[in-house]
Parts: sequence; C-alpha cells; structure tokens
Amino acid sequence: MPLYETLSRIGYPTAGIAVLIAVWTVSCRIFDIPEAVLPSPDQVAAAFAGNLGLLAREGWVTLQETALGFALAMLVGIPFAIAIANSRPLNLMFYPLLVALQSVPKVALAPIVLVWLGTGIESKLAIVWLVAFFPIIIDTAAGLRSTPRDLIELARSLKASPWQVFYKVQFPAALPFVLTGAKVAITLAVIGAVIGEFMGSSNGLGYLLLSATSQLNSSLAFASLFALSFLGLGVYAVVELVEIGLARWLPVRPAGH
Amino acid sequence: MAFVEISNVRKVFGSGANQVVALDEACLTFEENEFVALLGPSGCGKTTLLKIVSGLLSRTTGSVRVGGREVAGPYSDYGFVFQTPSLMPWRSVLQNVLFPMEILGKRDAAAQQRAEQLLDLTGLHAFANARPHELSGGMQQRVSLCRALIHKPKLLLMDEPFGALDEFTRLDMNDLLLKIKAETGASVLFVTHSISEAIYLSDKVVVFSRRPARVSEEFRIEIQGPRTQACRFTPEFTEAERRASEALGLLVGSPQED
Repeated sequence: MPLYETLSRIGYPTAGIAVLIAVWTVSCRIFDIPEAVLPSPDQVAAAFAGNLGLLAREGWVTLQETALGFALAMLVGIPFAIAIANSRPLNLMFYPLLVALQSVPKVALAPIVLVWLGTGIESKLAIVWLVAFFPIIIDTAAGLRSTPRDLIELARSLKASPWQVFYKVQFPAALPFVLTGAKVAITLAVIGAVIGEFMGSSNGLGYLLLSATSQLNSSLAFASLFALSFLGLGVYAVVELVEIGLARWLPVRPAGH
Repeated sequence: MAFVEISNVRKVFGSGANQVVALDEACLTFEENEFVALLGPSGCGKTTLLKIVSGLLSRTTGSVRVGGREVAGPYSDYGFVFQTPSLMPWRSVLQNVLFPMEILGKRDAAAQQRAEQLLDLTGLHAFANARPHELSGGMQQRVSLCRALIHKPKLLLMDEPFGALDEFTRLDMNDLLLKIKAETGASVLFVTHSISEAIYLSDKVVVFSRRPARVSEEFRIEIQGPRTQACRFTPEFTEAERRASEALGLLVGSPQED
C-alpha cells in the first residue's frame, strides 16, 4: 500500500524524534536538571528562535569556511588524483605518503595551522581543506584506477587519444567514486570548520558554541549545536543533489527520443 | 597475398628467470571473408595472439600483416569483442554502439542510422534507450557485437565472446554471428575453448597446444550447405570434432578405430 508506506516512512521517524524529545523533557523536569547543565527542549527552542539573527550570521561564516574549504579540496584533490592514477612514478612517490598522512589526526595539526595562518578565515580554510582533501583524492584515484581494462583497451583499439580515454572512459567510470569521496569530505568539512573555530576565532557557530558554554548559556550552546547540524545536513544535501543531477545527466540521451 | 599473415610470432612476458613464453612461433594466414577459430585450452596464448593481431599488445619477434600492412599498434580497422560485454553503464545501448564513431570523429546521421540497423539485426531495437544493466547477459553481448561492427571493420576479433553464456543463448549467438558475417562480409578471428563452437562457426580451425603455445594443427571445415544446427549431426561435423580432439591431445590412451 503506497499511502501506508509513505505515511510510515514519515510517521515512524517523526515518532522517534517525538519519543526522544519527550524523554528529554520529562528527565529535565523529574530530575530537576538546571538549565546550565541541560536545558530542556523548549528552552533550546526559545534560545534558537530568540537568536535567529545571531545564529544565521555566525552560521553564514561557518558555511563559507566549509564550502570554500571543500571547493579547494575538490579543486586540488581531483587533479592530484588524476595525476597519481595515471602516472606510475607519481603514484609510487605520493600514494604511500598520502596514506601515511591520512593517519595523522588532523585535529592535532590545527594549532600548527593557526600559528602559520592566524585566526582569520585562512586557517579555517586550511583545516577544512586538510580534512576534506584525503577522502576526495583517495576515492577519486581508486575510481580512476578501477576503470575496467576492457573499456580502456576498446578506446585504445580505436586509436583514442589519451585525453579521449580520460574524459570518455576513465572519468565517467570514476565519477561515482568521486561523489562518494565528496560526500565523506563534505561531512568532514563541517567538522574541520568547527575545529578551526574552536582553536582560535572570533566568529562562526563553533565560536558561538564555545563562548555560550563559557558563559554557562547552555540553551544558546544547544541552539548553536542544532544550527551546526542543520548546516551539516544542508551541505550534505547539496552534494547529494549534485549526485542525483549527474546520474540523470551522465547517460546522454539520444536526440529525438 | 593473404588478408591476414601471421608469421613466426613469439611473445615473451617478463625477463630472466621469470620469463614466460606465452606464444612460440605462431604462424597463420587467412583470406578476406574467412572465419577462423583459434581453439585451445585456457592459458594457451590464444588471447595473446588476438591482442597482438589487434596491435594492443606488442610482439617480441615475428611479423603480423593485416591487409598488406605491418601491424605496429592499434589501427582501428577492426572490431573487438571481449569475453565480457564491457559496456559503459552510464551510456544507453544506442550510445554504447555509437561509441567507436565518437572516437573516430564520425558520429553523424549515417552512423546513427547504421547503429539502429545493427540493433534491428540483433533484435535489440526496442532496447536502444535502455541501460546495459537492464539487459540480460546475451543481450549485452549482442550490444557489444553491434559496437564492434558500427565502423564497418574488415576484421572482427573476438575473444571467447560467448564463453560466459548459457548453452541455449550461446547457440543463438552462434547463428546470429553467422548471419552477421554473411551480411557484413567481415573476416573473423574467433578465440574459443569450445570444440563444437569452433567447428560450427568456422571455415578453418587452428588448434593451439599448451604453453608455450604453438599451432599444433590447422584444418578446414568441409561442411556442405548452409550452417544450421542440424549440421552438428553430420558425419563431417563428427569427423572434425574427432580431429580437433586429437590435435588437442584429448584422445591419448583411448582406443581409436582407423
């Protein structure tokens, strides 16, 4: 039954959220938890509604850091992946290094980046770039390298140029991998932006969260947290939409059909 | 001069102690419009020879001439059909068939028309806009066949194209291939490890011995009249099967009547 199916798809998750909010509210009342320790949902909602302008302003800063840092990671990561996937020497030189670097906790690099680039947007972009770069390059390179051999031989048998082999065969074949990498990267990018703001900043949602907790304004801290989650969901949804759009665009439909 | 002349082709992979002779002194000639099957056990270098003829793989020594020209790298005047359909999942069936024309810079109205004719011929017209994954294995391999024929090659190189199909689909594909060959007049070099498939399709069967691969026997198939499934039950067919089996060394130790 499609109607029942639709209703249950919306209904059950909504019910889950309702249960969570109910338990939260009831716990706050029964155990008489102070607002500074755990604000109740209605207090958080009030703080959210009362600070919409502030949250939007700080959210805009975080969004810019996330989006620009992610864009930079794509811009550098994809060509880099193409280079190492197509050149054995480059691959041997850099791939082990990349994998080793990936195991470095990027949070640990944040203070150093801050020393280098200061507390402005540059340091946030660098940290976002650092965390988002690896999944993009690793997934893109894996995608390019897993192109079926027969397809490359088919193109070569027709005397395709290396460029034709790349953009007609290798790249479309790798695109699903690139998008998988991008989805991981965009999630990490939000985290990177917040880490950057935690380390040293005078704006952004991460900064707002930090300053709210230092003033024991936990309702505002929770409101910032929700704003961050919405931001994270939003940017993820954009990448997902791009994926859906590409899936429709990639198979070029013949004219007249 | 024969259309395809393969003389003393040797292929060695690796070097020093790890050296593997994949192909040794392979010789073979065939004429235009001929159907030649390369028959042998797996890993005997049939595919290596096919790739060398296509120019996709270099040879260590020896000479390969196609249409009077020495092969040195791919030359695009042939169609290649792989063991698996190897279609591009992001393209529709029609777009897959047109892929070679795109690479050759000849994607025009005539190409589109030819693609549709080929899809008609292979019974795929209704699936022109379908995606490869919506098709069965046999249908996918038919698309791959259309793709190999789209640029009207004089030579069709086929690497165990029906090996992954079930018996019934394979028989259908054999008949389809004979029909296509009759209509296009292409020469076919066909790698297979099925004795009956090799005999059913070919004018000439070339039997390969085990590694290092050598041509151990070469014989013509003399079946009168058109090839239909009934041919499989003629004395000529059985005789050819016996001869191929013998060349493959399958009859050693079993009683023979002569």
